[in-house]
This record gives sequence, C-alpha cells and structure tokens, in this order.
Amino acid sequence: MSSHVAHHFDDASQQFDAARLGMWIFLATEVLFFGGLFTGYAYYRTLYTPAFIEGSRHLDLVLGTINTAVLLLSSFTIVLAIRGAQTDNRRATIALLAATIVLGTVFLAIKGYEYSVKFEEHHVPGASFSLGETHDEAVEPRHVEMFFALYFGMTGLHAVHMIIGVGVVAVVCVLAWRGHYTSQYYTPLEITGLYWHFVDVVWVFLFPLLYLIR
Amino acid sequence: MSSITAGSHEHHDAHAAHGQGGVGHFLGTYVFSRDHKIIGIQFLFSTLIWFLIGGLLALGIRWQLAWPWQDMPVIGRMLFAGEGGQISPEFYTILFTMHATIMIFFVIIPILAGAFGNYLIPLMIGADDMAFPTLNMLSYWFMWPAFLAIGASFFVEGGAAKAGWTSYPPLSLTDLNGQTLWLIGLTFVGVSSMMGSVNYMTTIIQMRAPGMTMFRLPMTIWAMFITAILQAFALPVLTAAGFMQLMDRTIGTGFFIPEGWSANNAPLASGGGQPLLWQHLFWFYSHPAVYIMILPAMGMVSDIIACFSRKPLFGYKPMVYSIAGIAGLGFIVWGHHMFVSGMNPALGMTFMVSTMMIALPSAIKTFNWLGTVWGGQIQFTTPMLYALSFVAMFIIGGLSGIFMAATPVDIFIHDTYFIVAHFHYVLFAGTAMGVFGAIYFWYPKMFGRMMNETAGKIHFFFTFLFLNGTFFTMHILGAGGFPRRLADPYHYQTFAHLQPLNVFMTWCAIGMVAVQVIFALNFFLSMFFGPKAGRNPWHANGLEWAAPSPPGHGNFDFQPVIYRGPYEYNSPEVDTDYYPQNEPPPEPKSESGEETEPPPQPPAE
Repeated sequence: MSSHVAHHFDDASQQFDAARLGMWIFLATEVLFFGGLFTGYAYYRTLYTPAFIEGSRHLDLVLGTINTAVLLLSSFTIVLAIRGAQTDNRRATIALLAATIVLGTVFLAIKGYEYSVKFEEHHVPGASFSLGETHDEAVEPRHVEMFFALYFGMTGLHAVHMIIGVGVVAVVCVLAWRGHYTSQYYTPLEITGLYWHFVDVVWVFLFPLLYLIR
Repeated sequence: MSSITAGSHEHHDAHAAHGQGGVGHFLGTYVFSRDHKIIGIQFLFSTLIWFLIGGLLALGIRWQLAWPWQDMPVIGRMLFAGEGGQISPEFYTILFTMHATIMIFFVIIPILAGAFGNYLIPLMIGADDMAFPTLNMLSYWFMWPAFLAIGASFFVEGGAAKAGWTSYPPLSLTDLNGQTLWLIGLTFVGVSSMMGSVNYMTTIIQMRAPGMTMFRLPMTIWAMFITAILQAFALPVLTAAGFMQLMDRTIGTGFFIPEGWSANNAPLASGGGQPLLWQHLFWFYSHPAVYIMILPAMGMVSDIIACFSRKPLFGYKPMVYSIAGIAGLGFIVWGHHMFVSGMNPALGMTFMVSTMMIALPSAIKTFNWLGTVWGGQIQFTTPMLYALSFVAMFIIGGLSGIFMAATPVDIFIHDTYFIVAHFHYVLFAGTAMGVFGAIYFWYPKMFGRMMNETAGKIHFFFTFLFLNGTFFTMHILGAGGFPRRLADPYHYQTFAHLQPLNVFMTWCAIGMVAVQVIFALNFFLSMFFGPKAGRNPWHANGLEWAAPSPPGHGNFDFQPVIYRGPYEYNSPEVDTDYYPQNEPPPEPKSESGEETEPPPQPPAE
C-alpha cells in the first residue's frame, strides 16, 4: 500500500485528501471557465431573445435528449466502477469503466452526427452561414448566427472535455485491468470520477439552455 | 542535491530515485525537475530575463516621447534599419502593448507566484515538496509555449500585437497574426497559472507541518494562498474570453464584432456582437489580477519588516483579514476600468463605491506596517530598505488610485499619464521594489551565500531616485492631459510644452535601467564569491531559516514541529531577540540535543 505514497506525503490518507482537494479546486476553475461562456450566453440571449428561440428550434431535441440520457447513465456506471474498487471487485470495475468509455463514445458520435447535419444546413457561423427556412420571419439571421456561435463554442468545448475524459477513463481502465486499484488505493479512479461528473453537469446546464428553452 | 541525513522520514530511498546517472540525471535534476526549489529558481531566472526585455521596450517608449521621430542610437539601427532607425507609429503601439504584456504576464505574476510562491511555500509551512510535483513542473514548462508564441510574434508579418495589453475589440480584431499569437500565448499562461494555483492551495491546506496552524502561517503564505484563490477563480474567465476572441479571429464567429463593422475593406463581418462584453470579461479577470500582482509582495514585505524591526508584526489577524478583504472586494470592482466606455452611470456609481471601499483594508495594512516599525530596533539592511520603500511608494500609488476611483475625476484623467503614473507606482515602485527586497532577503536561502550589502544599497538608492524621477513626473503630465498610447502627442500643440519634462523622465528611465547592472553583477557574482550564509543569517523566525542553505531535496534534515507564530521577535520568554517557530519551549532549559543551527553569523551590515 505504501508503495503508492509519494515520498513527500506523510501517509496514504494525506495523499488521497490532497488529490481530491486538488481536483475539486481544478473543477472550480473549470466552472469559472465555462462561466465566462455562460455569461456570454446570458448577455446575448437577453439582447436577442427571439433569435435565440429561433436558433433553439433548429436543434434536434430527440438527439439532445438521447445524449442527456447517455451521459447520465455514464455517470452512474463510473460511480459503480468506483464502488467496484472499494469492494475489491476488479471484474466489475473493469466492465463498468469499459461501459463508461462506450457511453462516452456514443455521446461523442451522436454529437458528431448533429454537427455534420448542422454543417450541411449551413448553420455553422461564418461567411456561408444561412438560416434556411425560419419559424419566425421577423428574426435577424445574424443574431441566430450568434446563437450558433455559442452553441458550437460551448458544446465544442464540452466535447473536448469529453474526449479528454474518455482518454483518461481508458488509461484508468487499463490500470485497473493490471490490478492497480484495490479498496486500499483507488485515488485515480475517484478523481477521474469527479472529473467525469463535472463534464456531465456542464451538459446538464447546456442541454436546457440550448435545446429546451424555445 | 539529495543531502538528507536525518532519519525521520519513511521514504528516504525515494528521494534518490528521481534520476540516476549521466544526462538523464542532469535533466531530471536541473531541467525537468519536480523539486519546488529548482522550479522556483527556473521561474526566477526566466522572469528576470523577461524583466530585462520588458524594460528595454519601455526605453523605446521613453525615447519616442522624449525625442519623437529621431533616430534611435544603436538599437534603432539594428531593429528598424528599413525606416532609418526611427520608431514607426505601428512599432510604437507594439512597444507599449508588449511592454505591458511582458511585464504583467511574464514578469510580475510569475515572479511572485511562480518564483517566490514555489520556493517559499513548502519551506515556510514545513513540507517536503508541493502536493503535486509533476503538475508543478508542468506549470513551469507551460510557460515556454507562451514565451515562444509571444517571442515569435515580434517576427511575424505585421509584427507583434498592437491593440494594447487590454486587447479591446474591434481594434484587436483588425490586427494581423501578432494578436492571434498573443491570445495563444495568454492561454498557455492561463493554464500554467491554473496548475500553479491548484498546487499552492492544496499544498497550503494539506501539507503543513505538525503545529503549523493556519494562524501561525507567515504573511507571505497567507498572501500566496489568497492570491492563488484569486488566480484560480478569475483567470479562467480571461481564458474563456480569449477563446471567444480567438474564434472571432479565426473561425468566423462574431462574439465581439459590432453590427455593420468591417476592416481593411473586407466584406461585412458577421456582426451582432458587443465589444463591451469583452471589456467586462477582460476586467473581471484583470482587476483581480491587479491584486495578484501586489498581495504576494505585501506578504513578503510584512515578513521582512517584522524581521528587521525586531518586533512582532503589528496586528497579525487584521493583516490576514485585510488581505482577504482586498481579494474579496477585488472581484466586484472591475467596472471602474470602464467608466468612460458607455456603461450605465448608475452601475458606474456602484463600482465607484465598491472601489473606494478597498481603501479601508489597504489603509489597515499600511498603518500596521507603520505600527510594526514604530519603536522597533530597525536594521537598515538592503531588504529592509526595499520593504520600507514599498510601503512609502504603495501609499502614493494607493492615494492616486482613489482619484481615479471617483467617476467625475476619472472622466478627466482617463487615458492620460496620470493613470500610467498610478499603476507604475503600484507595480514598479510597489511590487518590483518588494520583489527586489525579497530577492535580497531570501537569496542566502536560495543560493547559500550573501549578496553584497554595499552594492545592494547603491542599487537601492539609485533605483529609488530614478523611479521617482520617472514616475512621479507622470502625475504632472497626466494632470496636464498628456494622453497615453499616442505615438506623437506633440502633434497637438497643447502638449508641446511638456516635452522637456519627458526628456527629464527619459534620462531617469535610462539611469534606472543602467543601475540594474549593479544588481545583475551582485546577483551573479555573489553566487560564487559571496560569504557563506549559514542557515539563518538574518536571525529570522520563519521555518525556512531552520532548513540548510540551500535546502537539499526534501527540504528539512529534521522533522519540523511548530510551536508558535512567525513573529516572536524580542520575546520575553527567551534571551535572544528572535524565537524560531520550530524551537521547542525552553522548559527543560538544558540543550535538548535538537539539531538546531550552528551559531548564526550576525547579519552582514
């Protein structure tokens, strides 16, 4: 057990507490990072409310809902994976981590499909942006473009966090397979879980703001 | 480096296991080191080099203001041979933009948090190292992409960024590649700072030695801790804003591009954005950043002043609370940078009140420093001279801050040299003097040798003289309406009579840069020829002085246990005029065999 304790720590519990605290502080900085973008969202939504409602109607509610379910399920599997480590159930840990990877990949695949549809419909901000048919005639396309800029910016950053998350879970999964984690030592699993939940929570805010308020 | 001898640690063998043999050992120990002391010194050297570059850029600005459109000697011929050695208006904007960017993001912030934070935190709290040594190493190496991006930006088409360090759109959107590199550089600085602050907070909370309660921490550590909080919670917002501006510049979004706007005869950009949003997001970070740039210096100066006054720090807890107060208020005052930007005047009023409230905790700190000095047995060593000048200069910079916090006054002095005078008094005359003091104070700990006191005092005297010659005059210029960021203010006849003043300031600035040669020589020569310092050359109380100088890997050759706060100078309980934090109470009066230091030499005076 003590082989996992780096020399500058007194004992395993101090190392565990330090790792968890560090992760929480990192996540707090991430909240502020996304907070900057959410501020931008709040600002432009207030200025261009009809355009944002119009933009929201161009998003695929079904795919968004499926993705939300997929992500929430993945949070559940990663919690059970940690539980598996705590009860020294290595098989369960590996299987559940693998399930988390699969669910994360499914989320990214659906997101990628949504992006490609938006790309074909010319909803990507830039010179070739076009709104196509609108629900609300009076709305200014440039303002809807702002909605899509925020949509791609925020979900894109979220997707980057997801990709990093899937990579980290994959590493942790391999280490679990090699038997690195026991009920005595599972710090990397725990902090990976924290990160995964955070990325989940960001989506829980993004989904209503972008898809549901219409 | 691994010179640990005492056997109080369980994992000793691990100390030696970091790197073995040859080039790998050298790289692991001195280049890609995970030891907080090496990382701190790496930060120190990098920032001092950028300090020089930033200072030379400032000389370019001063040259143009004193002798506009005249050939710059030597340097001008090398840099702008095409223009016959003159500074072009475009290059002038590059000069002031990059001077500010380099001084803020590559010098002041990393020298405080990166160099001194890294070096001092584990030593002062009695830890072997930072909580996350690898993250710590990465926080230094993430500065390098930033160094490269900003350095390279001078050589791309159109030159480096020239929209001011505030990068207000839409001006910053018209810029060529320099601005994109600027944004990329800042993102890396942001990631580096984030990693650093996560590490500092975790280390200070989790890794304190037995007996080191929060209210036994030296002020330096309190300041570093609160600064880390500011950095962690303000900087991500700038990163987000920078990300949005980067998208505007590269992939065609329009977050900050106003309606109906186009640059360089290009077709209308997407538009619908609000430049004001950038200002809000930018200052939400950059106002707390102002405190990131001064609070650690305040902490270090508190320690220096208490040590050389041979008295306990006056009002320790109020000092802690006032730092926290400054930091807390710092989050709700950003709008005072935007009084003339078209913000709602009612909102401006709110920001004015919250800004003025910062005067309260600042005044508490100032009076407590004076209270510490009052009646003390003051030793005018070089660090003490710098610390005292920090207090004096901070009063000037703080008072001029109140001028511009008042909306009606600010409307008059906005964008004049009065503002430039204000923040140079806080940042150079304040923080940089505090940093010089800290270098002279902790140099013996870092390198095991003393710096030369006489050279230090000469360096202090002329720096102090020339900085006031340079920066105090700026108040007068500003009151006269002299605008900042203009390549040729004399284009307006109103300002023509201010040119002789500018010539005076430029000579002072040249003198100021020149006397830094004394510092550089003292710094490097003392490393080899200075007298050996011993563990505690200043007879200070802090735990860092109980470690060997320089401390080996793992820091302490004994298990530090803390019995009291760091400011027990001239305590009635002991005969000496200092009472180190780790010295056991004298109950069994006999020598308890603790491996305390050899009899320390008196301070070299």
